[in-house]
Amino acid sequence: MFNWFSKNGKHKTEPERPTERRVVIDVQDVTKVYKMGEVEVHALRGVSLQIYEGEVVSIMGPSGSGKSTLMNILGCLDQPSSGIYRLDGVDVSVMPEQDLARIRNKKIGFVFQSFNLLKRTSALRQVELPLIYGGTSGRGKKARAALEAVGLGQRLDHLPSELSGGQQQRVAIARALVNEPAMILADEPTGNLDSRSGTEVMQIFQSLNREKGMTTVFVTHDPWIARHTQRVIMLRDGIIIADREVANPLIAGEVERPSEAEELEGLFRDAYYGGKKEEYN
Amino acid sequence: MNLFETIRIALNGLATNRLRAVLTTLGIIIGVGAVIALVSLGRGVENYISGQFEALGSNVLFVFSAPPATGSENGIQPITTVEAEDLANPTIAPSIQQIALEYQIGGTVIAGSKRTVIPISGVTPNFSEVRNWVTREGAFITQSDLDSSSRVAVLGTTIVDRLFGSKDLNPIGQQVRINGFVFNVIGVLEERASGFFGDENDVVFIPLTTAQTRLSKSRTRDGGYQVSVFHVQARSKEVMDSAVNEINAYLSTAHNIEFRGEEDFQIINQADLLTSLGRITGVLTAFLALIASISLLVGGIGIMNIMLVSVTERTREIGLRKAVGARGLDIMSQFLIESVVLSILGGLIGVALGWVGTLIGGVLAPDLELSVTLDAILLATIVSSAVGIIFGLYPAGRAARMRPIDALRFE
Repeated sequence: MFNWFSKNGKHKTEPERPTERRVVIDVQDVTKVYKMGEVEVHALRGVSLQIYEGEVVSIMGPSGSGKSTLMNILGCLDQPSSGIYRLDGVDVSVMPEQDLARIRNKKIGFVFQSFNLLKRTSALRQVELPLIYGGTSGRGKKARAALEAVGLGQRLDHLPSELSGGQQQRVAIARALVNEPAMILADEPTGNLDSRSGTEVMQIFQSLNREKGMTTVFVTHDPWIARHTQRVIMLRDGIIIADREVANPLIAGEVERPSEAEELEGLFRDAYYGGKKEEYN
Repeated sequence: MNLFETIRIALNGLATNRLRAVLTTLGIIIGVGAVIALVSLGRGVENYISGQFEALGSNVLFVFSAPPATGSENGIQPITTVEAEDLANPTIAPSIQQIALEYQIGGTVIAGSKRTVIPISGVTPNFSEVRNWVTREGAFITQSDLDSSSRVAVLGTTIVDRLFGSKDLNPIGQQVRINGFVFNVIGVLEERASGFFGDENDVVFIPLTTAQTRLSKSRTRDGGYQVSVFHVQARSKEVMDSAVNEINAYLSTAHNIEFRGEEDFQIINQADLLTSLGRITGVLTAFLALIASISLLVGGIGIMNIMLVSVTERTREIGLRKAVGARGLDIMSQFLIESVVLSILGGLIGVALGWVGTLIGGVLAPDLELSVTLDAILLATIVSSAVGIIFGLYPAGRAARMRPIDALRFE
């Protein structure tokens, strides 16, 4: 059940890809070195990857693996120390901050674990924000359409404090897709949600991909999220240790998430220390 | 990203923390209010004082005996009637229109059982014209009073009050005793508002000759009579300086003054007095404005402090805005506009407050004509927006320079 990568044993060879698909993310030999006082921290030690248009990819790895650094670079929030990063055909590895802001505005939609909505601002206003900074016209109409696309057409004037966690995250998704970006970058998007809201959010991501071909990159350490994506890139100590296709991606909502007890089945002795016995089986 | 949107975002930011915005603005409100109120107070005092001096007549000079700058009081040659007559001659002093003479002596005035001790002024009839004294009842001293050294007196309202019990009484025809001599009251002066020079209604005027010959023996060596003050009316404001020179030249010759600084008389030009007094009150106003500006400075620092807190508090918001495409400039203008809006708002409320303060001051001191002038309002607005920009610049710059990843990661 947990061996959810393709089982054909080809994991050292390049996976076959349809060559006509456009490359959205093209990372070549990217490194990132932080200077912490005297010490140099090598967060990325040479990472290369391509993500194609319409792909849904998760980037996984434990803390300190460089996954956050990679996400920051992919999101143009940070720049590599060396190497080349082309986003949607544009080399963004050495670019002034002002131009990066424009790239983030036009090409990338961010979804964060903690939603990052503005306080005391209506859902509509939240979604308009990227349009305001992009100087786009017809903002109200576009923002409304984006909120309708995430099923919040009836909640345009609601403040974050009047919305549930799942709804807040959907506002954030609407904000991410309102500028029709080249990709959505989602950092633990279900991390602050209960499982039902998490499923709803994953359904939205999947339908965006299915209907609009939205390229989506998840950064997560939750294998359950990864199982809903088409491809998993695994990082450890600043390098990619695996980049593999998911054989049968789950469709959100179709399969219930296994409980911890199910996931850890076979790990335990029979000794029982508490809790309701029937919950453990 | 247009200005309108930036202003809207900034106002939104302020609206989320109203109490704080109001408290922050308080510094500016008080500062601007203080500047407005104190400047208009200073101006009011300035105008009041110059008004008082102008009421003296703007083309009047005063000449009186005074010890020379270089010597002692001994051997002063007093100014006399004869000298005044010479000076009134246009061939000697063409700039002089006329000279009113005043000779002051100490006197005790008695009416019935009441008495008052006061300097008595012997004056010439033209004194009323030169010094703008008008009688309320009766008449001023006439030439024939002067010629006959008659014992007649014109009283100020304060004296009437003191001697007859009420200043509204008409004492004409009554008799008063001055230094033992009986005088007929022939006139009462129009009441003058008390002002910078104190109560001016505290006067008794009698004919100059009466004062010089009957109440005092003041003959001088050259046969003239001693006079306390020449009230010299120049032909116009423009010839005041030449009038001063003419008097100086004449009296220096008459008193045998050989060197500068040995003059035993003094000429006071009212315009000079006004200028130096204006300088003093101007400094006073500037000083008041300076003190008030200190509170503006403190208010500005308050804004900076709160803006810094606000920037730190909203680090994640800044990070998010940058992530969705805000440039440093957008963030900068957002926070700058917030601080400018705060300070301008404070400035406007401060103007209103200063205005109210001025109105209250006007009620408390009705003699001062207090008014808020347009330039004070303009100044306050410009200064307070400048305060907003100057003290908002650093916090806004700090917000603009934040790196998006650091800002997003901030807890």
